[in-house]
Amino acid sequence: MRETEVLIIGGGPAGLCAAVSALESGASVTILERNRRLGGQLVKQTHMFFGSKEQYASFRGIDIPAILLEKLEKYGDKLRVETDCTALGIYEDGVVTALFGEERYVKYLPKAIVVATGASEKALAFENNDLPGIYGAGAVQTLMNVYGVKPGNKVLMVGAGNIGLIVSYQLMQAGVEVVAVLDAAPKIGGYCVHASKIRRAGVPILVSHTVTRALGDKTLEGAIVCEMDEKFNVIEGTEKRYDCDVMCISVGLTPLTELLGMAGCEMKYVPELSGIVPARNKAYMTSRDGIFVAGDVSGIEEASAAMVEGYLAGLHCAAYAGYKSENFAQKVEDLEGQLAKLRGGPSGAHILRGIQKNVKED
Amino acid sequence: MLIKTGVPTEEQVKEVFPPIERINKGRVAVAECFQRIPCNPCEYSCVKKAICVGEDINNTPNVDFEKCSGCGVCLTKCPGLAIMLVDGSKSAESVEFSVPYEFMPLPTVGEEISVVNRSGEVITRGVVSEVLNAKSFDRTPIVRFVVAREFLYAARYLKREVK
Amino acid sequence: MRIEEHPILTFERGKELTFYLDGEEMKGYEGETIQAAIHANKVKLLGYSSELKRPRGFYCAIGNCSSCMMTVDGVANVKTCTTLLKEGMRVETQKDKGVLR
Repeated sequence: MRETEVLIIGGGPAGLCAAVSALESGASVTILERNRRLGGQLVKQTHMFFGSKEQYASFRGIDIPAILLEKLEKYGDKLRVETDCTALGIYEDGVVTALFGEERYVKYLPKAIVVATGASEKALAFENNDLPGIYGAGAVQTLMNVYGVKPGNKVLMVGAGNIGLIVSYQLMQAGVEVVAVLDAAPKIGGYCVHASKIRRAGVPILVSHTVTRALGDKTLEGAIVCEMDEKFNVIEGTEKRYDCDVMCISVGLTPLTELLGMAGCEMKYVPELSGIVPARNKAYMTSRDGIFVAGDVSGIEEASAAMVEGYLAGLHCAAYAGYKSENFAQKVEDLEGQLAKLRGGPSGAHILRGIQKNVKED
Repeated sequence: MLIKTGVPTEEQVKEVFPPIERINKGRVAVAECFQRIPCNPCEYSCVKKAICVGEDINNTPNVDFEKCSGCGVCLTKCPGLAIMLVDGSKSAESVEFSVPYEFMPLPTVGEEISVVNRSGEVITRGVVSEVLNAKSFDRTPIVRFVVAREFLYAARYLKREVK
Repeated sequence: MRIEEHPILTFERGKELTFYLDGEEMKGYEGETIQAAIHANKVKLLGYSSELKRPRGFYCAIGNCSSCMMTVDGVANVKTCTTLLKEGMRVETQKDKGVLR
């Protein structure tokens, strides 16, 4: 049994920021990260981030882990980072089990936990949607930007949210043709600046369109695309064939909440937060004392917001473990102010409605 | 319509364009950021304090064309790559555009390129006049190209043959 | 299918490795996953679903979805999207649930 004051599950943007503020508060911290390196999905975000100075706006996502790791460096032995280590369960007695690599089980007994496990990509239902060549947009981003491998030659992007638009741009940067970006909704869901950027580079964006069938025997060779009416019904006679050897599905993310569900935390379906999320209070604590959440696991949002939530959850979690930071109230106020600014626009309003449904008054 | 196609309307574009008198004086920024999103690096990266977003970072930016020196720092800091420079000071017949260009290979000075509008359609040919790629640009190079003046409001980007 | 020139990234590839996909010799690099190496060799088909025998490729590339499972050095159901490539690895497309050894 390993003891640690604060255990952070997930070393992505939210988890790393939670570690920074928990350490700053004086707690000892262990980070469990499933991957071989820290940074979560930041490691493939080659584009510049939005937001403001405090959330490293204008920095490329790929460069942000190094900034956060530098902040962690000075804490020496107070911090343990375990990579290639998957948390498997949080038990009734507060014990967390984890698997190192494929074989070695370890148990942790933390005073408090931050679950920052992030999200996974959703799939889309249509005929032949399981053909090889049909990939999550984020998966293609990993293949290209982490491993330097092109997914194919001609890509059809399904989904015009920020991920769909950004990955389309990144495909072009890798020298891959994007034949079109589709979205079933009647308007572009991602930021218009991303849309304009790929549109002027020659990629058509088709709203009120969906893919109804993938073509190909063993791998993808094309797709049938149809127009949709305002009730999301396919309009007959609008079928059009696109030749493509890759289709990227970018229809949103869903929180990775398995650990929380198994731990018996109260879960809620909140569409604005993109699925089933843990109910939490204003201090980011779930219905189970000592289990905190931050980032996409408690609602899908931009990485900038995940980082601020991470800082907040780290502060609250450390306080719960007996290390209330100096100027605690002021720090919380400042960070909550940052979140309010990030959520001050139309996309933020949507998130705020979800949070209102999910966050309990103390 | 911007929200359906990614292409801003002519009215939207003209609204954020500097007056022609200012363009004829030299390089000046045009920020094509029409949607409320949480972002303000253009404001704090501008050394001349010529771009204002304000307390609410979801506001769209406002460029003070008289304060703007056309230095181009904002082009490389805008995460949406939504800012460009226009310059009508060098000739009565042509205008020069400066755009952030994050594709490989970079064009070379003197190269003839296709110039596209906001829909990505080729509208004319242009000539690359300068390619800047300072370390401080952090991998967002700036490409300058010259086109006939009649394309001032239509030209937006360049297109090269992808090998 | 490898990106040689990129405006933002430089790819520092490790030592060249040889591996075998269903007996066919292929090259990959140290530090990359099995799935990335296979994809770089222009192969998208990684196996077949156990019930309906439908062709399978990867989907998430980060270890969430299990769509990329293959038999590696005799071990079935290896997530090839998160498992690193090693010299001499024998990778096989899997047609059923696999056998525990």
